[in-house]
Amino acid sequence: MRPMPGNAAERGYALSEVSCDALLREFRKDFRIFAPVRLEGRGRFSDTDMVRYGEIRNFREMELREKSLFSPKEVLFPPSETLFHFAETGVREPSLLREDGKGLLVLLRACDIAGVDRLDAIFLGNGPEKDPYYEARRKRVVFALIECGPLGASRSGSFGSCFCVSMGTNRASGYALVLRPEDDGLSLFLEDPAFAAYLPPDAVRTSYAPSFPLEDPFPVRVPDPGDMSRAVREESLFSAAFWKDYDSRCIACGRCNTVCPTCSCFTTYDVTYEENASAGERRRVWAGCHVDRFTDMAGGHRFREKYGARMRFKTMHKIHDFHLRFGRHMCVGCGRCDDACPEYISFAACIDRVSRVVDAAASTGGDDHDAR
Amino acid sequence: MPRDIVRKKITKNAYRITSKRAETCLRVRVPGGHLDACLLDVVRSIAERFGDGTVHLTTRQGFEIPGIPWERMAEVNKAVRPLLEALEVPLGVTFVDLDGGYPGAGTRNISACIGNRVCPFANYDTTALAGRIEAAVFPHDFHVKIAVTGCPNDCIKAHMQDFGIIGQAMVEQDASRCIGCEACAKNCLKRVTGAISMKNNRAVRDPRRCIGCGECVLVCPTGAWSRDPRKYFRMVILGRTGKKNPRMAATFLEWADEEVVLTVLRNCYAFIDAHIDRSLPKEHLGYIVDRAGWPAFREAVLQGVSLDPPLRVAETLEFSGYFYERDRVFR
Repeated sequence: MRPMPGNAAERGYALSEVSCDALLREFRKDFRIFAPVRLEGRGRFSDTDMVRYGEIRNFREMELREKSLFSPKEVLFPPSETLFHFAETGVREPSLLREDGKGLLVLLRACDIAGVDRLDAIFLGNGPEKDPYYEARRKRVVFALIECGPLGASRSGSFGSCFCVSMGTNRASGYALVLRPEDDGLSLFLEDPAFAAYLPPDAVRTSYAPSFPLEDPFPVRVPDPGDMSRAVREESLFSAAFWKDYDSRCIACGRCNTVCPTCSCFTTYDVTYEENASAGERRRVWAGCHVDRFTDMAGGHRFREKYGARMRFKTMHKIHDFHLRFGRHMCVGCGRCDDACPEYISFAACIDRVSRVVDAAASTGGDDHDAR
Repeated sequence: MPRDIVRKKITKNAYRITSKRAETCLRVRVPGGHLDACLLDVVRSIAERFGDGTVHLTTRQGFEIPGIPWERMAEVNKAVRPLLEALEVPLGVTFVDLDGGYPGAGTRNISACIGNRVCPFANYDTTALAGRIEAAVFPHDFHVKIAVTGCPNDCIKAHMQDFGIIGQAMVEQDASRCIGCEACAKNCLKRVTGAISMKNNRAVRDPRRCIGCGECVLVCPTGAWSRDPRKYFRMVILGRTGKKNPRMAATFLEWADEEVVLTVLRNCYAFIDAHIDRSLPKEHLGYIVDRAGWPAFREAVLQGVSLDPPLRVAETLEFSGYFYERDRVFR
């Protein structure tokens, strides 16, 4: 145990790899730790790695220099989870809802913290009911920010798709500490001085203070939601020709939805056990607006059969509809959808296209249906 | 001095008889079909200094350099040295005389599709495996054709070889990541073998139908499917073109690891040595097996191979092909 540090300028530390492991051992007494991990050979293509979130025990397991393909949302909102088990005699809820358990220390980037804020809006602040499964995990979460640095995370690799500065999510708040990967170990900044209690004795005091991205590799012009609303009313936005490009470009694979830190749609279904059809479980799984069956209705009707219409729906949600309801954009500019799309569709470029249509509508009084 | 050439010797030195009596043609091997671009300059230089200034790109991904006067073979062999040093020595192939040209030509160049260095479908690095096969079988005088391909698309036409090696992905599912989108099941049904079906809104793989193409990994939007990083291969054997009975190769092994593949390839030479018809200038392996019998071949090439799962060995070979010999059919 070390004495609590004083002012903010004295909260920087250097930890060797060995002392990082000591730090993580201390954390694990109170937390389960989730961070990007590198799964060797488990990438989409053979002999490539998968970087996604997993529970870690030691420093070596963390992959802090690469952007994870999947976002940290799966720590709070797993791809598939059982909501309850049922039998003739009643319903049994998962222990998650009953037990407090350890805290969840999640290592993530500034855009991802904004992503969790968007999930909070949907699961906790969208109507009178809070989602108990999300809330049970969320109230235990503590953020550790992975620093991207002033040049964006480009200092640490292939981060060319980021546009957090354009989306205003390059700075975060609400984190307890900040980490920067170094050649041997980490630089650490204690935003919450209480976390000094976990520091190993050999942590070296430094002047380290975190910095944030100041510029996007390709800045994106984000349209004003009010202007977008007007363009919708004046019928220039939905009728814009560029949406039709996505009819043939998009293949409706849903990767943009699954990798997105803010896509929060799900569907539920019941499974009854073969040996005893009166017992079973209800599951919920991620659903995505680009995937077939998302809009299936009783009777077989489907909205948005065309993939361009799905792209438009997603775009409107990410940079317009959500904003009208919650006062901030849903998209946080992490660029994962651009990284994951097998057809090289750029959502950032799509936002730019929307801006151009909205601008043209504003300058011509809304009559320019052919704007691209 | 009169031109007095030991034909069998020059053939083993990778030269060939040509339609022009005064000229020969050199076969250049490129194991795995991939080479540093600077080596094209070596090929070019040999063609321009000793040949007729042209180069033929062979179906086996080597070069043939035509128009070389017989008298210049010794000079050409010296000029070939940089190719041996760059393409063969690093693989572990040893040479008695690096200035003596190619020490063998019977076992043909090991050809390969472009593999996972470039192609998203490939389940392994085909060029690298071709190199390890080259080290195991070169030089050898028996006529054996081997090709390796990354996936069952078989772009290298492994089915037309004595031995075709096809990458297999042992896919594994993290069921907790399956969201029931059916992308893998739809793709497998339309493009592959329909090995994936949906049960309780989750994808289930039938291992008896799965051919290990790995496409479920490619299309899964959540990463629920991934490949076992260990590499497995299907070996198809005794495919051929030719004047008697062209046929597609038939599957001999499934889920073989690299050591099994290399052992079978090494073993085939003793079988050939024991059964080849020496009255012919050369005899293709498939015809030797037709005559000596499939059980004898199977036993010979599986010497020293441990038959542990997941390896599966064919009991019979089912060839599809035809015979040119009309009298077999028309009487």
